[in-house]
Amino acid sequence: MELIDQHTKTIMEGCKLRARDAGLSFQDESLEYIVTNRDLIELSPKVMIPTLYDYWVHDVEVLKEKGKYELYPGNPYETVINTRPAISFYNDNNPDWLNVMIFYHVIGHIDFFQNNLYFRHTWDYDFNGEALSDKRAIARLRAEQGRWVDYVIEFARGIDNLVGYHGLLSKIFSAPDPGISDKVDYYFDVYLQDIAKANISKYIKELERYNAAIKEDPVMGEQRFFSRIEKRHPELGSLFKKHKEAKKQKPQDLLEFIMENSKMLRREENQWMLMVIQVVRKTALFFQPQIRTKIMNEGWASYWHENLYMKDDRIKGHEVDFARVNAGVTTMPRVGLNPYALGMRLFYFIEEMAERGRISWDYQHEADASRRKEYDVRTGQGQDFIFKVRENFSDFTFIHNYVDQDFVTANKLFVAGRRLNEKKMVWEYYVKSRSAEDYREMLMASLYHPPHIEVDLEKTKEKSLYLIHRFEGKPLLAEYIPNTMLGIEYLWGGPVQLETMEVAATPQAPIMPAIPGLPTPQTDAPKLRDLKWQRVLYTMKDRKLSKNIL
Amino acid sequence: MHSKLSKIYHNLKRAGLTPVQEEKILLEINDDRTHGMPVIGGNIGVVTTDEGDIRLLNLYDYHDLMTLQAMPQPKGSYVSHIRSIDELLEKDRQREKDGFPRKIRVGKMIKPGKAGKGKVVVVPTTVEEKFIHDPNFAEQQEGQGQGGSGDGEEGEVIGEQPVRDPDEAGAGGPGEGEGGQHEMESSAYDLGKILTEQFELPNLQDKGKKRSLTRYTYDMTDRNRGFGQVLDKKATLREVIETNIHLGNIPDVDDIDPSRLIISPKDKIYRILSKEKDFESQAVVFFLRDYSGSMAGKATELVVTQHVLIYSWLLYQYANQVESRFILHDTEAKEVKDFYTYYNSKVAGGTQVFSAYEMVNRIVKEENLAADYNIYVFHGTDGDDWDTEGKKAIPALKEMLGYASRVGVTIAEHAGGSQNNTEVERYLKKSGLLEKFPKLVRMDVINESTDEPRLIEGIKRLIS
Repeated sequence: MELIDQHTKTIMEGCKLRARDAGLSFQDESLEYIVTNRDLIELSPKVMIPTLYDYWVHDVEVLKEKGKYELYPGNPYETVINTRPAISFYNDNNPDWLNVMIFYHVIGHIDFFQNNLYFRHTWDYDFNGEALSDKRAIARLRAEQGRWVDYVIEFARGIDNLVGYHGLLSKIFSAPDPGISDKVDYYFDVYLQDIAKANISKYIKELERYNAAIKEDPVMGEQRFFSRIEKRHPELGSLFKKHKEAKKQKPQDLLEFIMENSKMLRREENQWMLMVIQVVRKTALFFQPQIRTKIMNEGWASYWHENLYMKDDRIKGHEVDFARVNAGVTTMPRVGLNPYALGMRLFYFIEEMAERGRISWDYQHEADASRRKEYDVRTGQGQDFIFKVRENFSDFTFIHNYVDQDFVTANKLFVAGRRLNEKKMVWEYYVKSRSAEDYREMLMASLYHPPHIEVDLEKTKEKSLYLIHRFEGKPLLAEYIPNTMLGIEYLWGGPVQLETMEVAATPQAPIMPAIPGLPTPQTDAPKLRDLKWQRVLYTMKDRKLSKNIL
Repeated sequence: MHSKLSKIYHNLKRAGLTPVQEEKILLEINDDRTHGMPVIGGNIGVVTTDEGDIRLLNLYDYHDLMTLQAMPQPKGSYVSHIRSIDELLEKDRQREKDGFPRKIRVGKMIKPGKAGKGKVVVVPTTVEEKFIHDPNFAEQQEGQGQGGSGDGEEGEVIGEQPVRDPDEAGAGGPGEGEGGQHEMESSAYDLGKILTEQFELPNLQDKGKKRSLTRYTYDMTDRNRGFGQVLDKKATLREVIETNIHLGNIPDVDDIDPSRLIISPKDKIYRILSKEKDFESQAVVFFLRDYSGSMAGKATELVVTQHVLIYSWLLYQYANQVESRFILHDTEAKEVKDFYTYYNSKVAGGTQVFSAYEMVNRIVKEENLAADYNIYVFHGTDGDDWDTEGKKAIPALKEMLGYASRVGVTIAEHAGGSQNNTEVERYLKKSGLLEKFPKLVRMDVINESTDEPRLIEGIKRLIS
């Protein structure tokens, strides 16, 4: 790995100037490295973070056929990583004109990393630097504890996809106002709305009464305000206390719960494990926003490389070369989903909508087709609007809000179905639906979505940990359950139970577990079966797994 | 080809067939597949559409290095990992001692895609287990669908993809095409070592015939008077004593005074470096694979995977002195020149097991292999045989046992059929050969849900 030469760096700096003028914002410094194939082999298991901690699994070929991205949310072959300064990687024989295009794309990503709020928790530190110190700490621990460090890494990684990423974000953004007490928050946010079910006028009246009381006496106003209420609703005090208890108990995620409550980890000689788990958890949280913004991030970068490249005066004469490469990047495939093409088109579409003022109450409620077609109030706000979208949205909300029939029709999109043609023994792909609703649903189904597994506080006793899988219509991969639970049992230091749903065995068509390392059998056409679901409870105790039907 | 098949069929029918047998045979006859070799270039997850071929990619399969810079996903070669292989295996053994299940698996073929061309490489692999949604579930329910764009009415077919294209992710299976030239040999020896050490496959007790090879070793075995590299003290002392006895210099043999001994320069015996012929045992292994139409899918994968493992183990046991021969059979046997063809040839046609056995016998006789080699024969089949009674197979097998060190038959049963009731298994059992020559012939019956540990267990059964 070496830095790009001065000539190429000058091109990069030129790109930065032009990108800034266009409105992108990002830190001044960035590092660009030339990578060889050899470098990539070492970097890719470490998700392109050169300083990530060492782990033996990185030296082994890892089988990923089962749920590649479900298991590995970090994109292992990204060109840019979200560090401070941002680091990007290049092939050593790119011609200058191609580098210009790639640089703009990279700058698009950097801008996205540094402005999209889903990355908020990664803004205040350099992950590369922290990873380096973690790597050293783990190496030191390994010298002391030997292989047990790797076991802890393994078991913690086994549940690192359940990290409470959204919980973390909500904590960052819902910083409580120090001027307002928890009790006031509770009264207005929970009690009035959920318990007293007050109507709007009552709510506003209460709000006014509160404001008046504070205005009259800033110190004692609140107490006086509540004393009147408590006379009429004496249960408020105890309800509030209960609510506070429950809130305090609610753990962010499984890893954190284990760190705080595991008896095994609390033992003096096991203290070091906490640090290892913490590193694994932090790393997992770092990669979460990346996979949850894949379409937006690639779309945004493609939007900007296309726009800025065409305006760049330095690349005259290479328009055709660019067109060829760019077409490869941003064409919609006949079958399949290309995040570059989809995201970019959606950004263009939103820009145009906003430019014509169509993202508004007026337009949405315009029923007249011809007037809808002509609707254009020339806001001149198109680009400003997509900057806001890039700041505030993730793939889920992006698709949910903006993939509508206009977009689907304009881009000739459709859901492609697959069916078996038994005569020819081929899978046929066909146009299944052109409705926006179906298309959106298909997109949603292909987004990254780890299972939601929570700790059941009531059923978790002194010794045994009780997990509940919140069922969303998809079963867990049964093959992976034993080893994952084995790891949890180890970290928890006691029996672990998992409640989940499974398809009850039907006599027809037994599904053969795939042989590890061999492709999954595809002997039959997928048939829609009537599924009978049953609730099951897995118990891992003394490293033995048992299963009961509930 | 087909007329030949139907001729066999009519002969069989005249001899009498049960309806079940007839159905099976007809199924294979009416199958219009052929034993083609895959087109190199790899049609992995490729959908042929009205707008050309498209590699079907997932939303998250796209990445900047590939898309923008045309840098393929790097795949570490086996060699790049080998520095740590011993360490890895040691670690894995330790895991078991610590009470956790082993995690390293071996015998996986990956095909690092290089511009569509694949290689078969054997590497240590592992998985990282997590709670994830079952990815196969959504596919079975079919609801999901793919993205698409362009023209076409709803319902219009826009592309197709061969069904026997088992894994869109890129890993291909044996007997189904795909892949390119392979790098089997380089790593098979290592795999054999791993199998022997890691999975405690037995070492061969007696390797039987030894033959001098044109290899030489150099050793300090020759003796020379007067000069040489190392003084052989014992031999020298013996000479000295002898000389002194002749000289009458030793009056009392029970009380020798070494200081009075006279030493002639010729008494000094040295060892010098000499060239030695090396004698080693060597083996020839016949791999027989049923590639009839009924072998489609799992059965072939299992058989071929097991053969890879056996081959590797023998390669290690015989320190690379293994010659291998590959024979494919349907109703006729055919020798193929390399493992690649053996591994990849597609399934089609009917089944006559004896054709392969007879071919082995012929090769051994014609090339006089029995004189110089330890001969192993491994046969993989799904147990179907048009020669339902084994009328021709059993005599051929008996002849084979006359020279072979071991014959191993693997039967990969189809799911759904009754257990332990395939034709091959029945006539083998009936013949009594298994009991009569337990050292020479072994059989292993596996079913379609067999996993890798079971396969290795099976190898133990076949070879121990």
